[in-house]
Amino acid sequence: MQCQKCQQHEASVHYTQVVNGQKKEVHLCEQCAHEEGYMDFTNEGLSLHHFLTNMFPFDQSINQQHKEKVHPAESLTCQGCGLSYSQFRRKGKFGCSQCYETFDSYLNPIFKRVHSGNTEHVGKIPKRIGGDIHKRKEIDQLKKNLQQVIEDENFEEAAQIRDRIRNLKQDLDDAQQGGDA
Amino acid sequence: MSLQDFINEAISPWMNDEGNDSDIVLSTRIRLARNLEEVPFPTSQDQNSQHKVLQHVEQEFNQHSVHDFKKFQLVKMADLEPIEKRVLVEKHLISPNLADNKETGGVLISENEQASIMINEEDHLRIQLYYSGFELTEALQQAQELDDWFEERTRYAFDEHKGYLTSCPTNVGTGLRASIMMHLPALTMTNQMNQIVPEINKIGLVVRGIYGEGTEALGQLYQISNQMTLGKSEDDIIEDLQSVVKQVIDSERKAREWVMQQSGIQLEDRIFRSYGVLAHSRIIESKEASKCLSDVRLGIDLGLIKHVSKNILNELMVLTQPGFLQHYAKKSLKPNERDWFRANLIRERLQLEQYNN
Repeated sequence: MQCQKCQQHEASVHYTQVVNGQKKEVHLCEQCAHEEGYMDFTNEGLSLHHFLTNMFPFDQSINQQHKEKVHPAESLTCQGCGLSYSQFRRKGKFGCSQCYETFDSYLNPIFKRVHSGNTEHVGKIPKRIGGDIHKRKEIDQLKKNLQQVIEDENFEEAAQIRDRIRNLKQDLDDAQQGGDA
Repeated sequence: MSLQDFINEAISPWMNDEGNDSDIVLSTRIRLARNLEEVPFPTSQDQNSQHKVLQHVEQEFNQHSVHDFKKFQLVKMADLEPIEKRVLVEKHLISPNLADNKETGGVLISENEQASIMINEEDHLRIQLYYSGFELTEALQQAQELDDWFEERTRYAFDEHKGYLTSCPTNVGTGLRASIMMHLPALTMTNQMNQIVPEINKIGLVVRGIYGEGTEALGQLYQISNQMTLGKSEDDIIEDLQSVVKQVIDSERKAREWVMQQSGIQLEDRIFRSYGVLAHSRIIESKEASKCLSDVRLGIDLGLIKHVSKNILNELMVLTQPGFLQHYAKKSLKPNERDWFRANLIRERLQLEQYNN
């Protein structure tokens, strides 16, 4: 079997990862495995973060079969804390909240892998920031419910949900106009 | 210090409460990861802003009380001796990672030690809450209230789409990790854990041994917790964990019944042999001690051992950790000295039990 990365040498390092039930196999030659960080078993053992750190190369080089040594993302650096993408890849940790914007286009595959395919927060919202976000999220949720009850042909409830959405939208519009005035 | 005083120091007051399903679930933990707006995360090495966060917490929260949590006290890592930090780690009030942050790390601990808020761990704030027994709903509600209390005096880093922003991608979203500590001797004995663990992992939950390394769970103690923090609401996360834990509790109860029916006398023999080892040995390694403690606890839950309190397992698992042993000995101990000291401590503890009854 050939190495998945360089496609030149015989693969001698075989990795199987299971994340949330999804199995993923990796076959690399020893040199590429070193480069990708599969061989440095530190005394911390195989922590979750260790796995995570090792996940990043998949998204970049193996799946998409990129052969160039330096990926464009490597040179990306966060203005907020100075963390570069390659440092983030190595550590598996962000340096500040701005990193989320800086590396945005590379993050969803990572989030999907860690959070069973999800990329959108649906939980608690801080009261202070709250207000409009609460309403917008509620509208999104209601729209989903609406679809469901229509499929179930429960039109009475559908009408109620539609009214609720209309009211929330009205509230949002009012707030917007109030803000502009 | 008398042994009783030492135990009181080692055992957090909340541990003495008896929660739901306490024959199997030892404790419930909720943790919320939070960061402050426009301040680099503690992972960024920006010492200056970390100091500011610590100062802010000291000014706003030290010596304050909220709801059931009385008199939060700020403990700075810089003020602690290594052995004191180790004791806090063994009591699960701080993480080993925080203990290493000797410059800017701190922890706010409530009087009953039920709530502890780590400062400048991987995130600015790690709000932690412990309950005895199976109390997920109550624990989440209280954690939310603590979170609201913090939010009143701080601005959190939050994004409409990604939720609460954390330094590790595994916590982003709700920042919530809910964990249940379970004692599962019968499922372990009947080799069912090997099948149960992969099943639970498949549905996005994680099972780990609490003490010990790798797959080996010392004292037959396991922790089940959620892995996902994005794409599910706090209530849903808790509900899913709750339903899985309930099933595990049922399986453990059935397994205990089955073992008692199939090989009652052998089980009884094993339990009392373990009791004998704890009561009489002069040298004991932590691995053997955990196994025996687990057996004795099972004996108590099955009604075979009557004169020993239930807490003995949690209590002695903590007390016989290296940090506590050395704290009690008031000197550093070599591994072989620890084994000798551990045996002494356990014997004394069991004797204390007889006086109390």
